Amino acid sequence: MTLAVRNITVRYGPKTVIEGLTANAVPGAVTAIVGPNGSGKSTLIKAICGDLPYTGQITLNGTDVATAQPWELAGLRGVLPQASTLAFPFHAIEVVRIGLTSGPDAEHHHRAEAALARVGLAGYANRYYQELSGGEQQRVQLARVLAQVWSPGTAEGPRWLMLDEPVSSLDIAHQLQVMTIARNFARAGGGVIAVMHDLNLTALFADHVLVMAEGQLLASGHPADVMTDDVLSRAYGCTLRVNTAPTDTIPYILPHCAAPHAAE
Amino acid sequence: MALADHLPQSRVARARILHGWLALALILVSLFSLTVGATEVSLGPALWKLATGEALTRMEAIVLWDIRMPRLILGLLVGSALAVGGAVMQGLFRNPLADPGLVGVSAGAGLGAITAIVLAGLAPLWLSRIAGDQLVPIAAFFGGWASTILLYRVSTRRGRTSVATMLLAGIALGALAGALSGILVYMSDDRQLRDLTFWGLGSLGGASWAKVVAAGPIIALALIAACTLGRGLNGLALGEATAAHIGLNVQRVKGLAILTVAAATGAAVAVSGAIGFIGIVVPHLLRLGTGPDHRPLLINAALLGALLLVLADVIARVIIAPAELPIGIVTAVLGAPVFLWILLRQRGMVDL
Repeated sequence: MTLAVRNITVRYGPKTVIEGLTANAVPGAVTAIVGPNGSGKSTLIKAICGDLPYTGQITLNGTDVATAQPWELAGLRGVLPQASTLAFPFHAIEVVRIGLTSGPDAEHHHRAEAALARVGLAGYANRYYQELSGGEQQRVQLARVLAQVWSPGTAEGPRWLMLDEPVSSLDIAHQLQVMTIARNFARAGGGVIAVMHDLNLTALFADHVLVMAEGQLLASGHPADVMTDDVLSRAYGCTLRVNTAPTDTIPYILPHCAAPHAAE
Repeated sequence: MALADHLPQSRVARARILHGWLALALILVSLFSLTVGATEVSLGPALWKLATGEALTRMEAIVLWDIRMPRLILGLLVGSALAVGGAVMQGLFRNPLADPGLVGVSAGAGLGAITAIVLAGLAPLWLSRIAGDQLVPIAAFFGGWASTILLYRVSTRRGRTSVATMLLAGIALGALAGALSGILVYMSDDRQLRDLTFWGLGSLGGASWAKVVAAGPIIALALIAACTLGRGLNGLALGEATAAHIGLNVQRVKGLAILTVAAATGAAVAVSGAIGFIGIVVPHLLRLGTGPDHRPLLINAALLGALLLVLADVIARVIIAPAELPIGIVTAVLGAPVFLWILLRQRGMVDL
């Protein structure tokens, strides 16, 4: 009952984006995929979600992603895309309900309200999606995904959250909120795969980090083991120093020290 | 207190209630349409005669049964087909401005119909025997199908439809279909030319039971297919990738939507020519009123489309009676300003 990626290669036309990558992720943990732009991390999560053709094999709870039916996968995992557009004037609650379209939990409509409440948008049910801020829209989409895979663990096995840069358009308070939701999902027995840009949040919330560079896995392990000067400097192509405070007087703010004012 | 009291008021529930009101209004407008016409036959006395078992006069029977009734039924079929075709196409292209009439699908269907009218003599005997009276609607369906697929391929990249490309490609497609149609018109003989002229007026004037029989089954199939598409089109509104993530078979939804648009548009165009704006105005009004959820929207679109077209036909018949205006003029005069209003009002809402 894991996510197993075995020797996959993804090509966009003649360009090889991921080459011979093998990785694993277990439920009960937040697995973060980090790496510079163009390293193939978004491509990797798209392959895991079954959006792209690839060679090699990806299995989720033993189900082959390439051959599974869309509704089978929908019962196993929810996917939060990097950016979402919406064509018609749906209300926030209606967007969340679309997430309940299929899967074993379809038609549990009270869940849509609960999912909105969980992302801190309880009062937003009848607001137009297009009139919400970018961060609010992102959280509505997260609520849609949560509604789809509401129980992290089921009798048939764990369920998975696939998050492609879930906090990229959020302010720091909401970044912490969303990452906490992801961590709670994992603590409750579900699996979380998140493509992350923010290394501090990754260090704070990830149980396992996959560092990618140029379409390959550079390092894999616990944040304390993987997030080192050497690995990060090689991955990002610039000199990085972990756990080093700046010596001048420019202020810096780390999410590590943040404390929520009031639980939402 | 019941939990339901705390739930947000559902637009879907309101849309479901609207089904009943629209159906009622549709029945009233239909009865009204039977009473209006160039001849002095009124429905009331005729219905009274039917109810009391008295025989209708020959005049009454012909006017009601052979003239007004097929025209009413054709109006209902064409109106619902145009509105549902528009709603499905907008869902498929994820854009409230997609309309078969505006983006070349009607022109493609028209090319199919013209080909069938002009080249019918060249068709192999077995084909004419199988297709029979339905040759023109079937040809229109294939014309619409080919143009819809072409348009979708051209304007959609990686599951996202570019509105600009869609509208521009639609113009090109319409122009191309128009040019090919022109060549066929040039080739046609006098009798065919007469057929084409009447057909091109965009009118229910030539309504007959034969046309009802020719277009009815295809439109009925399209309407039934559309009713199964609601969930799929709701998912597609979030983009193709997300639609797949929530468990939809995206290829099947798209394929069925394209067939539905082609069938509804093709059959409507084949029997009544190009009637514009029903396909864009009806779904838009309904979305304003009861929200964009496609499950109730498609049913309401069929009802409201039929209602508006029958009403437009009544207007077309009485406004310069005893002559009649092509119905396409009536729908364009009423519909074009609404379309502009949508454009201006929704600039922020539409993801251009």
